[in-house]
Amino acid sequence: METTIEQTLPMDKIVDKSLKKTHTIEVNDAKVWYGDFMAIKGIDMVIKPNTVTSFIGPSGCGKSTFLRLFNRMNDYVDGFKMEGKIKVNGRNIYKDKVHVEELRKEIGMVFQKPNPFPKSIFENVAYGLKIQGIKDKKLINDRVEKALKQADLWEDVKDNLKKSALTLSGGQQQRLCIARTLAVEPSIILMDEPTSALDPISTSKIEDLIFELKEKYTIIIVTHNMQQASRISDYTAFFYLGNLIEFDKTKNIFTNPQKQQTENYITGRFG
Amino acid sequence: MKLKEKIIEILLKFCASITIFTTIGIIAVLLFESIAFFKNVSIVEFFTDTQWTPLFSEKHFGILSLVSGTFLTAAIAIIVALPIGLTIAIYLNMYAPKSFRKTLKPILEILAAIPTVVYGFFALTIVTPFLQNIYPDLETFNSLSAGLVMGIMIIPFISSLSEDALYAVPKSLKEASFGMGSTRFQTAIKVMVPAASSGIIVSVILAISRAIGETMIVAIAAGQQAQFSLDPTIPTQTITSYIVQVSMGDAPQGSIEYKTIFAAGLTLFLFTFLLNTISFWIKKKYQEKYE
Amino acid sequence: MNNLQKNKLIDTTFKTVGLLFTLLGILILIILLYNIIRVGYTRINWEFLTSLPSRKPERAGIYTAIIGTLDLMLLTIIFAIPVGIGAGLYLEEYAKKSRLSTLLEINIANLAGVPSIIYGLLGLGIFVRFFGFGGSILSGALTLSLLILPIIIVATREAIKAVPPSLKEASFALGASKWQTLQKVVLPSSFGGILTGVILSLSRAIGETAPLIVVGAMAYVPFVPHSLFDTFSILPMQIFTWTTRPQEGFAIAAAAAIIIILVITFVMNGVAVYLRNKWQNKLS
Repeated sequence: METTIEQTLPMDKIVDKSLKKTHTIEVNDAKVWYGDFMAIKGIDMVIKPNTVTSFIGPSGCGKSTFLRLFNRMNDYVDGFKMEGKIKVNGRNIYKDKVHVEELRKEIGMVFQKPNPFPKSIFENVAYGLKIQGIKDKKLINDRVEKALKQADLWEDVKDNLKKSALTLSGGQQQRLCIARTLAVEPSIILMDEPTSALDPISTSKIEDLIFELKEKYTIIIVTHNMQQASRISDYTAFFYLGNLIEFDKTKNIFTNPQKQQTENYITGRFG
Repeated sequence: MKLKEKIIEILLKFCASITIFTTIGIIAVLLFESIAFFKNVSIVEFFTDTQWTPLFSEKHFGILSLVSGTFLTAAIAIIVALPIGLTIAIYLNMYAPKSFRKTLKPILEILAAIPTVVYGFFALTIVTPFLQNIYPDLETFNSLSAGLVMGIMIIPFISSLSEDALYAVPKSLKEASFGMGSTRFQTAIKVMVPAASSGIIVSVILAISRAIGETMIVAIAAGQQAQFSLDPTIPTQTITSYIVQVSMGDAPQGSIEYKTIFAAGLTLFLFTFLLNTISFWIKKKYQEKYE
Repeated sequence: MNNLQKNKLIDTTFKTVGLLFTLLGILILIILLYNIIRVGYTRINWEFLTSLPSRKPERAGIYTAIIGTLDLMLLTIIFAIPVGIGAGLYLEEYAKKSRLSTLLEINIANLAGVPSIIYGLLGLGIFVRFFGFGGSILSGALTLSLLILPIIIVATREAIKAVPPSLKEASFALGASKWQTLQKVVLPSSFGGILTGVILSLSRAIGETAPLIVVGAMAYVPFVPHSLFDTFSILPMQIFTWTTRPQEGFAIAAAAAIIIILVITFVMNGVAVYLRNKWQNKLS
């Protein structure tokens, strides 16, 4: 049953199976403009599979814009223009023929503020499956349960799946949003400051979760919280004014940064 | 100084109270004349007779024929305005570029600013002859043209107010849905419209209420013959156009013809009051949900 | 065709339909305006504006109707604006969260949804009969004033709400009384918004026909009103009468009169939109 959804993806026809397994992102000289403003000034980056990568940097440095390039969420911003190549699982996603909808099933996203739909808990998690036209009830039930378990929410909600998602606490809502993303079985998950609206306890639960998810997924997380970046990520990228200043193993970034700007930022001298 | 402030407050309070007096006035006038009317005509006849001929020598007072005319024209209007208005609202909100939306919305709203007497002229002299080309049996006065044109008039009520409701849905929901790989259409139907449903329903109720109370279009284009019928090709009369017909004549005060317009008006008032109450209730429930 | 392509197709189809419907609305507007101008423009001249109504369509003009409309608007402004702004001020600045203020609010929302012809019946019962003003321009103006009152009140409240509280606090801190603050600070800063609402309400009032027919506006008035108690005609009433006449000539006259009323309505709406944008820019 696990293969049903993949059979519906034309990606399998286009992309080599082995490439799909790679779960990688390769960025080649990416530049972004909003109207006349240049937000990303030519960045190269390779993100390795099954790792957690943190994007850090002061507000307005372009880290969120850069993250949103990977699932083309910037497409809806007025005046957005982009140059360069971004390959996800080996395929340039800014070519005309790419279906953004299909791309986004491959790359899930979790947002800054928990944003469950005003529907039941079950419907929230099943949403992604249903919009793909999956009707098999058993498959949907299994996937929902599995996703909720992965997101460590199953025990909290298993008796209340019909309840409105808005009745959950903030931390539970965010884990529901993660479950919703997991249900469509992406290979890469983007997280845009996923804990900035949460209390410390909920935050640590989400961080534990990210750590577990690493085994199966490639995770990229934008964060304002440097402790968080150092706790959970394998790699850290520091952005400043639309440039990628430094990108290295997290340990190196925090203990032995090569660039002065990086050191200033992580030691709190500006930001 | 204190006194002056107090007097001003009382004056302003009086201004606000005028709105209460207006409502009391409406109900009092309608009830007063209607009670006088029902002394001459039985309520049973009023609600069961299917003929309405107060201006003829053989008088019948069956409000049903005016009600059927009212609902027929309003129904045609809603059948036109609802799908078009809602589609436009979704289009403007989900698909149209920002600049497009900013220009098109006010242009469409012009449709609601045109005096209704102008629409009446349009229905009678342009739409009816046009429809007669397609369907020659259509009579000169008919509820079809009146209803169609009324539908055009109320499109902006639905499109603009529904778009406002869609616009008020948190952007994060839209992003979440896109992030899951939904198309714009899927996002609109499965996330945006359900989230904005109360606002959309309120806009539709407002449009219905507008259509039921609309006067000049039907008075000009739908004719003056009360009929208990749902045939859109023949002349009909609505509650409102009957009131106009009597007012254009010179029914003396105290005559039964004079009183009929208040009984008819009361019926109309009750319908719109009911619709207003429903929409008020929906609005209130919706507000509580988000607080 | 797989699911993804199907969804894509539905999406594109809907986008096209949405664009078509939007353009359809605009197209109908153009057809309406085009046809009216095409029929009516031949009669637009000074003579048409200054002639009395007549049995002969080619000689008929809109002098009494246009003067009647202007008089009626003037009286409506005098009655409705102070009361409307006063009520808005009271509700926004004085009324505490009490049962009365809730009642007032529900009531105003309800009044805004009452069909205009019902206001006509109210005017007929109260002003024409009870106060004995007859089918006069006074009765008409009072009726119209009640009709547009909710619009002015709502606009006033919105405009007052947009005044930053810091301005009011600054005035209070300087020792100004409540009314002084309202008069010198709140009203001037909300003036643009109130004016916009007032103009929009008048553009609605100028096209109103049904309630004035019920109150007693005349189809044929051979003189302009000289006192508050004179009978009156108005532009939309004239259009209505001419439209219902079978002669071709009257249809032309009606179209010409429609051009005049549309010009007035559009100019008023345009001014209102312009003022609103200007005022909003000033605030932000």
